[in-house]
Amino acid sequence: MINWLANPARFMRWSAAVLPWCGWATVAVLALGLHLALIVVPPDYQQGESVRIMYVHVPAAWMASSVYLFVAVASAVALVWRHPLAEIAAGAAAPIGAAFTFVCLTSGSLWGRPMWGTWWVWDARLTSVLVLFFLYLGYIALVNAFDEPSRGTKAGSVLALVGVVNLPIIKFSVDWWNTLHQPASVMRLGGPRIDPSMLVPLLVMAVGFLLLFVTLLLLGMRADLNERKAFALRVNSVPAPGRVAVPESAVPAQSSMR
Amino acid sequence: MGDAGNYLAMGGYAAFVWPAYGVALAVLGGFAWYSWRRYRASAEVLEKLQREFRTRR
Repeated sequence: MINWLANPARFMRWSAAVLPWCGWATVAVLALGLHLALIVVPPDYQQGESVRIMYVHVPAAWMASSVYLFVAVASAVALVWRHPLAEIAAGAAAPIGAAFTFVCLTSGSLWGRPMWGTWWVWDARLTSVLVLFFLYLGYIALVNAFDEPSRGTKAGSVLALVGVVNLPIIKFSVDWWNTLHQPASVMRLGGPRIDPSMLVPLLVMAVGFLLLFVTLLLLGMRADLNERKAFALRVNSVPAPGRVAVPESAVPAQSSMR
Repeated sequence: MGDAGNYLAMGGYAAFVWPAYGVALAVLGGFAWYSWRRYRASAEVLEKLQREFRTRR
């Protein structure tokens, strides 16, 4: 199934059909989520209205880690099976993950100031998420650092895989070390320890962020495939003497992609 | 303060709540806008090239 969908020409066809649905679903779910988070949800009895920051912070944090896992798995597939669509997917997902991580860090800092009395502490959770942000930036920089795209992708893929070790550190940092950051209250054994009036809006926002990721991923992958196809067309239309060899990785499919 | 003023004050946390949502909107909204522009531009360039390629052959 995955293999069947991952043929670049077929990908362009099904993603064109899915993309508008994803886009409008993102808008609808995020609108509902924002309505719940900013208007419906009652203020917390201890944190007051500042608790509303959580509805951005926590889904962004979930996406920050999940998208990294996605980049790592796609990188592994690209390295092992040399699948062109896998490296395109990893490359398109990384900047989205970096954006989510940035949102997570800034919203956390804005919540920490009134609640902890500090914008930032070098504790295990905060530091490991900052490392995640730098891993994303490193991956993006590495992928774009080579003249020949396939070499950059290979180097980036290795970095993405090595960086996976950071994910369990982020997840369990609040249990392993004495951190200022509170431990998990939703994804924990024994079920969530958070009232449904807050859990439901949180999950709606999380679904909204997930849909946003899928939409941006499809958009980015389609743009990348278009650009590679245009590059191949340009190179192939150069008259024979000036002809440059096209790196194989730059041409994902010979058949029409549109 | 009216109802709207009360709401915007966010119980005294306005200086933290609104920037948090503002940054999220700016970063994710900006990324979405950029992605859409890049996608449209790539599709137009490819279409133009394909048209040229066809007429030349």
